[in-house]
Amino acid sequence: MSAVAYILEVEGVSMRFGRFVALNNVTARFEAKKLSAIIGPNGAGKSTFFNVVSGAFAPSSGRLRFQGQDITGAAQHRFARLGISKSFQITNVFQHLSAHENVRVSAQMRRSRYELLKPRAGLRELGERADALLERVGLAGLGARPAADLAHGQQRALEVAMALASEPALLLMDEPTAGMSPEETRVMMDLIVELAAERSVIIVEHKMKLVMGICERLLVLHHGEFLAEGTPDDIRANADVRRVYLGQS
Amino acid sequence: MTSSGMSSRGMTGGLRAAVEAVRRHRVAAVLLFLLVFPLLMPYQALAINILIFGLFAVGFNLLFGYTGLLSFGHAAFLGVGSYLTGIGMVHMGLPWGLALALGVACAGLAGLVIGYLAIRTRGIYFSMVTLALAQIVYYAFYKAERWTGGENGLRGIQVPGFELAGFRFDFLDPTTKYYVILAFVAAALWFVSRVLASPFGAVIEAVRENEKRAAACGYDVARTKLLVFVLSALICGLAGALRALHLSVVPIDSLHYLLSGQAVMMCLLGGMGTFFGPFVGAGVFLTLEDVMTTLTSHWMAVVGAVFMVFVLYFPAGLWGSLLRQVDRRLERAG
Repeated sequence: MSAVAYILEVEGVSMRFGRFVALNNVTARFEAKKLSAIIGPNGAGKSTFFNVVSGAFAPSSGRLRFQGQDITGAAQHRFARLGISKSFQITNVFQHLSAHENVRVSAQMRRSRYELLKPRAGLRELGERADALLERVGLAGLGARPAADLAHGQQRALEVAMALASEPALLLMDEPTAGMSPEETRVMMDLIVELAAERSVIIVEHKMKLVMGICERLLVLHHGEFLAEGTPDDIRANADVRRVYLGQS
Repeated sequence: MTSSGMSSRGMTGGLRAAVEAVRRHRVAAVLLFLLVFPLLMPYQALAINILIFGLFAVGFNLLFGYTGLLSFGHAAFLGVGSYLTGIGMVHMGLPWGLALALGVACAGLAGLVIGYLAIRTRGIYFSMVTLALAQIVYYAFYKAERWTGGENGLRGIQVPGFELAGFRFDFLDPTTKYYVILAFVAAALWFVSRVLASPFGAVIEAVRENEKRAAACGYDVARTKLLVFVLSALICGLAGALRALHLSVVPIDSLHYLLSGQAVMMCLLGGMGTFFGPFVGAGVFLTLEDVMTTLTSHWMAVVGAVFMVFVLYFPAGLWGSLLRQVDRRLERAG
């Protein structure tokens, strides 16, 4: 037996919407404390895969295990409590709350969920943690602004700060650089590499070039099915991948 | 710099300080107002009505304004609070304080059951389910004539005079009645204010803003909604219990969907999602009703027209628009 620790194991997962099969019997394992990526051309099933492993959809069949524990079909909030956090592809923040409150309330989940009579201002450390996280993602000094007033790239950074606030063991990111300028993309990729040094990170990415240089493991999906898995070098050398993916561009 | 500039700056400074103080001590500010409120009203019964319906609207607003769930069935909680307080006193011979507690508890229980069933649905379906369940409550109480008096309502609720800390309180004196009821309303407002300022208050905001994100943050959205629903029912139940003491009877319309609709109107008139707005809405609604019924039997048409004007031109409501005005002014002053 190998002593590799897996943070997330996906076993024969299928996802059907009516008669449409979005994912067909996909099996994959993700090692702990590594930066992995799910890639594939448009319509490969990446987003469905993301939604299944992040708890938005329960798979039609198959099992999910997180740190060895079966979490198939668990409610969305259970995923976050267990330590699986996500940033959405389409920015999904609390628009009318301040950037600071967005992160603060995300961090509050570990401390307090149903306390009715305590003043929330009393949880001082959460405010400090929110400030620290905002600084970490490059939003220092913008905490008082409503999230809706932030630029697109800043909202994406805010998403990441919110996802980190619950101290996840596994961070899932759906196309974290979608719609970003080249400069913003570079900053975000640097941040992702930094984050992956401390925890397991899985990113779903459409642009293969972006992840080739930084990821340790890649999983390639095609038409909802598993196509290949391996290091960036393995993937580059894989004839199937070259045919369906690299050959296109 | 001219002296007029100086004085206007001094004025905005004063306004800013006043607004800050009111925001920070909102319960104290509301209380201060409610203490002198009876002096401003033509007669005490109207002031007491506004007090009670103000609390009803505040309880409703917790769910509607702060959590974003539009219930069309909140008369059920007002009515259950009223009836159970009355039943406790008339049929069970409980002292009024205990009967009031019974009424509030049963309203909370009704909130738990109705909320549990309703939060599985969203949007218009949520509103319809609450309406349907509240109608079931209406007919159950209507039919249970032996306990509720059916169509005639439950009669014979008398709060005897009592002594507290050396003072004699006579419930037949309208001024005394106002201040006794105000004590309960004040406690409830303090409670609501605490909840809104609590960590749970932050979760409520998150759920209203974005359910999907709140769930991704690890908050159990259904449970959060259910808890707010029950809190809202408890507050509305207290309003109902106080109304039973105030009226000495529980009319069957206490459970009627018209009252559920009035809660919505009061919230929108005053300003949903603001602390004091529902109170203002209740005051405007009931005063308008009071004045208009003496002039015409078609008072509903007048109230309806006023309501339409507000929804179309002042969607933030009377109090909400005022708050916005003040904020804008302070912002311009820099």
